[in-house]
Amino acid sequence: MPKKHVLSILMDNNSGVMLRIAGLFSRRGYNIESIAAAQTENPDVVRMTIVTNGDADTLEQIDKQLSKLVDVREVRVMTSENSVKREHVIIQAGNSEENCASLIQVANLFRANIINVSEQSLMLELTGKPRKIDAFIQLVKPFGIKKMMRSGLLALERE
Amino acid sequence: MKLTGAQIILECLLEQGVDTVFGYPGGSVLNLYDAIYEYRDRIRHVLTAHEQGAAHAADGYARATGKTGVCIATSGPGATNLVTGIATAHMDSIPIVAITGNVPVSSLGLDSFQEVDITGITMPITKYNFIIKDIADLADTIRRAFEIANTGRPGPVLVDIPKDITANTYEYTRREIVKPDNYSGLAADAEYEQVAELIRSAKKPFLYTGGGIISSGADQAMKKFAELVDAPVSSSLMGQGGFDNTDPRYVGMLGMHGTVASSKAVSECDLFIGIGTRFSDRVIGDIVSFAPKAKIVHIDIDPAEVNKNIKVDYQLIGDVRYVLDHLNLMLEQQSHSDWMDRIKEWKKEFPLHVAEEYGELVTPQYVLETLDELTGGDAIITTEVGQHQMWAAQYYDFKAPRHFISSGGLGTMGYGLGASLGAQVGRPDKQVINVAGDGSFHMNCNELVTAYKHNIPIIELLFNNNVLGMVRQWQRLFYGKRFSQTTLDRNTDYMKLAEAYHIPAYRITKKEEVRDVLQKALAHDTPVFVECVIDQDINVLPMVPAGAAIDKPILDIKIDDE
Repeated sequence: MPKKHVLSILMDNNSGVMLRIAGLFSRRGYNIESIAAAQTENPDVVRMTIVTNGDADTLEQIDKQLSKLVDVREVRVMTSENSVKREHVIIQAGNSEENCASLIQVANLFRANIINVSEQSLMLELTGKPRKIDAFIQLVKPFGIKKMMRSGLLALERE
Repeated sequence: MKLTGAQIILECLLEQGVDTVFGYPGGSVLNLYDAIYEYRDRIRHVLTAHEQGAAHAADGYARATGKTGVCIATSGPGATNLVTGIATAHMDSIPIVAITGNVPVSSLGLDSFQEVDITGITMPITKYNFIIKDIADLADTIRRAFEIANTGRPGPVLVDIPKDITANTYEYTRREIVKPDNYSGLAADAEYEQVAELIRSAKKPFLYTGGGIISSGADQAMKKFAELVDAPVSSSLMGQGGFDNTDPRYVGMLGMHGTVASSKAVSECDLFIGIGTRFSDRVIGDIVSFAPKAKIVHIDIDPAEVNKNIKVDYQLIGDVRYVLDHLNLMLEQQSHSDWMDRIKEWKKEFPLHVAEEYGELVTPQYVLETLDELTGGDAIITTEVGQHQMWAAQYYDFKAPRHFISSGGLGTMGYGLGASLGAQVGRPDKQVINVAGDGSFHMNCNELVTAYKHNIPIIELLFNNNVLGMVRQWQRLFYGKRFSQTTLDRNTDYMKLAEAYHIPAYRITKKEEVRDVLQKALAHDTPVFVECVIDQDINVLPMVPAGAAIDKPILDIKIDDE
């Protein structure tokens, strides 16, 4: 049965490293649902969180094929038991002064921050588990989402 | 000392013990070729007719010698012409280092003349690749390229070097290089014990060897293992020569054109051990009916190959020689005389053969068996891709590793001639023979000029059937004999072609000429061309159609045209 899997990958910060990972997924037919990557405290090392889906055999192959890449230092499968997962979203929404007032109520309910205010719309940010982000987007939708950006899932293993 | 980038590249090649490179000059590698001129007494440069030939030659050199093959090409089309050669090496895990020039760093990304993103292009077909943008990184990158190519499962590495990097100067200090030592493994003692126990309790074990036996130098360990386990041994195309084909335990190739004895034994065995192999689709055919009664053990250096193409019950990850040495120490002598007797009967009952109806016509079987006899099975045989390739694997008895050189994974027509040049340059002590078909020959026949120019004394043994025989065979079986675009009838006069290249040539049209012509060809110390005219409907048998169960091979194909 295909299932969602979260992988945390540590890799050398070499040029083209994103292309190597994306290329591997594409040529072997693995899915990428989201991908998030940035330097770690060590500028020579990048950490990437990939959300993929597939059955257990596919996950085993993804893990092994990633581990074979010269730039990859470590691949870990993130589960709800061993890790913490968060996502960040920025949404520009609202289409009148009145509905902006109600939108602020929704934002408060989720403890989202208002990070930009214009005449007829607001820009909101929220960090949380993906399910919370999904729920937030659902509730904001009726106010008219002008544009939005999700970070993709970030995951880190607990010590 | 301060050296130019070009000199640093050659110094780094010398550090690695490289004495031969294959290549073709051009604008972006002018500096490098200027240094090659300077270093010509220490590094032999073999100029090919085409960069693809250089890549195949580097690959053939690596396969024949066990060393790293090196090829050089300029930017743009020079680099893209290497691509098929690099992909060929990648599919067969062959260590080569490809060095390409590129436009100067300041011109990169501007669609400059002869600029191409060769690292982007070759990313999926190299083990790793580099583009060097700072001369400070040059020496260590070349060293790293050789290290990656030879660590663990080998493979090709490309280093792309912009022109200004080769012109600039930088401090260089010679480094002593230690070749990567792969002799190690990841499997735990308990895993070894499990497999040893499995071997002890097996009644009908079957051993299957791949190219990993050759790349890890495990042929002797394999011989001992087969003796201890007392089991039949089969081989993939890539594994040819990893186990002596004349050993009584050898049952022939396994898979699409494997022997009947092999497929019967696989279907009957209770323990199947795959060693240094990736279980190619050309070998397993239908996954469900493959080795249905057996526990499957997989021994390989690359963990990603385990459970990729076939689910296995046990795995031992590590260098194949290391793993086999380990098992050999643990195992007592096993004995399976009933099982081995059955194998012997199958071998006797189903020999490889070409139907007798050919009478006095020249058959590839007769030619190759005569060649085997005349060379004592000791020649290095390279091949192109197609029917002749399978015949070479079937009818020449390979006794030792690095004697059968063929594009197994990618199936590259046009591979063999270039590869034969590389193999002969690397092994001047050996007779090298490229077995070709007329289709493949025409893809890269330009490399005959290289054989002549450098006096590389290969024999080009061309089976001319005027058709693309393997495709024709499939068209006959699966496409209602509609021979679409496979009847060549080009009427090439090969004698004149060879003459134009100053290469002595012979033509075989009758059976009684075979021995005499082969003897004459073998006596030359220059390149020789031999054309064997054969019937267009000699098929490669047995044959298991793609994806079909291997226990039901096609043994005869009726030719009832007209």
